[in-house]
Amino acid sequence: MSQKTNIKNGVGAEVKLVVKVFDLLPSPPDGVTMAAGVAAWLPFARAAAIGWMPVANLPMPIAPTDKNKRQDELIVLNVSGRRFQTWRNTLDRYPDTLLGSSEKEFFYNEETREYFFDRDPDVFRSILNFYRTGKLHYPRYECISAYDEELAFFGIIPEIISDCCYEEYKDRKRENAERLMDDLEDSKDSKLPNMTFRETMWRAFENPHTSTMALVFYYVTGFFIAVSVITNVVETVPCGSTPNQRDVPCGERYTVAFFCMDTACVMIFTVEYLMRLFAAPSRYRFMRSVMSIIDVVAILPYYIGLVMTDNEDVSGAFVTLRVFRVFRIFKFSRHSQGLRILGYTLKSCASELGFLLFSLTMAIIIFATVMFYAEKGSSSSKFTSIPASFWYTIVTMTTLGYGDMVPKTIAGKIFGSICSLSGVLVIALPVPVIVSNFSRIYHQNQRADKRRAQKVQKARLARMRISKTGSSNAFLHSKRNGMLNQALELTQLPFRMKLSDEGSTGEDRHLNKTTSLIESQHHHLLHCLEKTTNHEFVDEQLFEQSYLESALQSLPSRSPSLSSQEGITGTCCSRRAKRGSRPSSEAHKPSHMHPHTHNLQELSAIHIQCGEQRTLNTSRSSLNMRPDESGGLNCKSSSQVTTAIISIPTPPTNNSPTSPEAPPNLASNSSAGVVKVSAL
Amino acid sequence: MGAVVGTLTMQTKQRRPSRDKVDDDLEMTVVCHRPEGLEQLEAQTNFNKRELQVLYRGFKNECPSGVVNEETFKQIYSQFFPHGDASAYAHYLFNAFDSGHSGSIKFEDFVTALSILLRGSTREKLQWTFNLYDINRDGYINKEEMTDIVSAIYDMMGKYTYPALKTDTPKQHVEAFFQKMDKNRDGVVTLDEFILSCQEDDNIMRSLQLFENVM
Repeated sequence: MSQKTNIKNGVGAEVKLVVKVFDLLPSPPDGVTMAAGVAAWLPFARAAAIGWMPVANLPMPIAPTDKNKRQDELIVLNVSGRRFQTWRNTLDRYPDTLLGSSEKEFFYNEETREYFFDRDPDVFRSILNFYRTGKLHYPRYECISAYDEELAFFGIIPEIISDCCYEEYKDRKRENAERLMDDLEDSKDSKLPNMTFRETMWRAFENPHTSTMALVFYYVTGFFIAVSVITNVVETVPCGSTPNQRDVPCGERYTVAFFCMDTACVMIFTVEYLMRLFAAPSRYRFMRSVMSIIDVVAILPYYIGLVMTDNEDVSGAFVTLRVFRVFRIFKFSRHSQGLRILGYTLKSCASELGFLLFSLTMAIIIFATVMFYAEKGSSSSKFTSIPASFWYTIVTMTTLGYGDMVPKTIAGKIFGSICSLSGVLVIALPVPVIVSNFSRIYHQNQRADKRRAQKVQKARLARMRISKTGSSNAFLHSKRNGMLNQALELTQLPFRMKLSDEGSTGEDRHLNKTTSLIESQHHHLLHCLEKTTNHEFVDEQLFEQSYLESALQSLPSRSPSLSSQEGITGTCCSRRAKRGSRPSSEAHKPSHMHPHTHNLQELSAIHIQCGEQRTLNTSRSSLNMRPDESGGLNCKSSSQVTTAIISIPTPPTNNSPTSPEAPPNLASNSSAGVVKVSAL
Repeated sequence: MGAVVGTLTMQTKQRRPSRDKVDDDLEMTVVCHRPEGLEQLEAQTNFNKRELQVLYRGFKNECPSGVVNEETFKQIYSQFFPHGDASAYAHYLFNAFDSGHSGSIKFEDFVTALSILLRGSTREKLQWTFNLYDINRDGYINKEEMTDIVSAIYDMMGKYTYPALKTDTPKQHVEAFFQKMDKNRDGVVTLDEFILSCQEDDNIMRSLQLFENVM
C-alpha cells in the first residue's frame, strides 16, 4: 500500500491518505464456513440481533457459552528456532487446520510454554499470514513440493491459495508433475510383469526401444517409407532417351519395376496398419488419431487405383490420387519427435497463424487494389485485374521479387515500395510468438496437458462450489447434530440422567467439540432468526418435498402416529448409531430433552400458527425433517392443535432396543397420545 | 500497412490507461479515520480498555481505513446469513448505527451502539430498538415502517424455509405485533407504548439479556 500522509494535528482528526485499498473485505476461503475477518464481526451481529427481539413471539434459544472463557492471549509458535507470536483467536479462525484445532497441543512444550514445530520457518510465514489475513499466498521462490508438504502438514488445502498466486502455483505444479511423469515413464519401461500379447505389441509399437523386435520393426518401416518416397520422386525423373524425341520419365519406362516396388511398400504399410489396429487398446480412439489417418491416406490411393479401371474419364482423378502418395512422408513423424513437436506447435499457435493469415490477406487486397488502379494508366501493363495484382503483392510482400510483374508508373513504384516495407513488418510480427512457443513446447515436452489443466480448473471450481454450499448447509447440519449439545447445556433436566446412563454423553461431548465456538455462536444467531420469524431453514430438497405435501391436503389424524413414530425412532436410533447420516433421513432429537418451561409459551405461539399449518402434518417425511426446537411435551393435548412434538408417547415394541430415549419417560406425560407433527 | 494499423492501435491503447489512472486515483483516495483516544472512549461507553482494544483490533482488521460504508456493511452482514438476502435489514441496521447520518460508521459509532446493546440498561436497549424500527425518525412507528422491517427480517431467511413463507406472513406478523404494542389503538406505536409493552412481555425481557456475555 502506498501512502502519502498529511497528518493534521489533533487526535481524532480526519486524515487524508492515498491508500491503495485492494479489498476491504476478505473473500471467504474455501472449505471454511466463514471468512476469518468476518468472524470478528460476529459479536456485533449477535448484539444487533436484539433488534429482532420485540418482533419475535417465541423465546430465544440459549446462547452457547464460552466454557473456558479466557482473555485473548498471545501464544508463541517456535518454528525451528524462529519465534512467531499471535493471538490465540487468530489461530482459532480456522478450526479445521492443525494450528486451529487441538492438534497443536501435541506440539506444546511445557517448560518453554510455547508450541514447537520442527518445520521450515520461511514457509511458515505464509501459513501464519493466512490466519491473519484470510489469504494464502504462494511465494515464487519457494519450491513447489516443499510448499505442498508444509501445507499438508499444517492441514491447509492448496485450493485456498488466493487468486493472485493460484495460477503460478498451478503452473509450477504441472511442470513438476510432468517431470515426475517423464521420470516414471523412463523407469516404467523396464518392468513388465505379465502383459497380454496385445499389450506387448502395442508397447512395442509405441516405444521401439523396449525390445529388439520392436527396434527392428521400427527401422524396417522407416526404411520402407524412405523407399516409397524415393520411388515416387524418381518416377518422374526423365531417364534415358529412347529412340523417340522426348525424354521419358523413368516411371513410364520401367513401369513394372515401379509397380512392384509400390506394391511391396503398400503391402508393408497395410500390414503395419492392421497390426497397429489390432494392438490398439482403444480401437475407436486409434482410428481417430492423426497418425492413423495419415496411414490410411497414404495407402488408399493404391487400392483405389487397383479398383478403378483404365478409363479416360477417371484417369485425371487417378493422377490426382497419386499426389496423395506423398503423404507417406508424414509417416516419418512417428519416427521423429521433433516433427511431432513442430506439428503440435503449429496447432497450438493456430491463433497467431490465423492472425498472420488474416492480416496478410487484408494487406494483399488493399495493395493489389491500389497497384491495379495506379498501373491502370500505363500501357501494356501486366496488372490486368485486381486478382492478377494479387500475385504481385504476395511476391513483393514476402520480398521474393520475381520480377515478372513490375510497376512502371511513378505512383505504382511508390506504392510498390510501401508494399514491400509493410510486408516485412507484418510477417515479422507474429513469427517470434510462434518461435517462442515452439521453444517452450520443445523444452517442456508437453503433450496434451492443456486439456488436463482445464479439467483441473473445473475440478477446482466444483470443489469450491461444494464447500460454499457446504457452508450454508453447515447450519442445517449442525442443527441436527448440535441439538444434542444444546440440550445438554440446559440445566436440571431429569432426563439428562437417563441420557448419561446410556453412556451417550461421550459421543455427545465429541459432537460438542467438532463445532468451534464461533460456529456455535453463528448457529445460535441463525437459530434466533428462526425463532423470530417462526420459520426454519431447510434444505432445498426438503423444501420442495414440503411444498408438494402442502399441496396434498390431509387432515391430521391420530392413526398415522404409530407409523410415524416408527419412522422417528428408527431414524433417531440410526442416527445415534451412525453419526453424520444424511440430513433428510435424520429426525431430530427427541423433544423430551427440552425443558417443560417452554411448553406454555410455545403453545401460545403454536395456536397462532395452527390455522395455516394444518395441512402440513402427518406425512412421514415431514415428520422426519422437522427439528423440534419447539417440542415440548404437550401436556394439554388439545385436539385442534396439531403441534409439532416429536414426542413418542407409547410405541413400545416397535422401538429398537438401542433407543436410549426411553419412551416410558414420555408415556407418563401424554397419555392422551398427541400426534407428532411439528407445526411450526 | 500493417505498421500503420499497428501504430494506430498502440496509440489508442496508451491513451486509455492514463484516463483510467486518474479515475483509479480518485477512487483510491479514501478518507482514513482515527478514533478518539482510548480513555475518552472508555469514559463514553460501558467497556473497559481491554474490551475496547479487542473490538478495535477486529474493526481495524476488517476496515483498515477506519470507517465502514454501507456496502461493506451489507457484505459483512450477508456473510452471516448466506441463505437469504440480508441487504434490506443491513440497511436499516446501518442507519441505526450511523447516528450521525454521515453515511459511514466510524469506530466511535460502532462502539457506542455496542455499548448500549451489550451493556446498556433495558430501557436503553429498548430505545435503541425503537430507533431501529422508526425508519423516518419521527418518533412513531407506523404499520408501513414495521412491515418494512419485518419483511427485511423475513428476507434474511431466504427461500428454503419450513413452513414455506407466504406473501402475507410479514403482514400477519406485523398485525400481531401491533395488537400487542399499540395500547391506545391509534395505529402508531410511540416510544412509551413500546417500552411499556415490552416490559410486560417476559419473553422479550428475557431475550434482551441473551447477549450479555457476547464480549
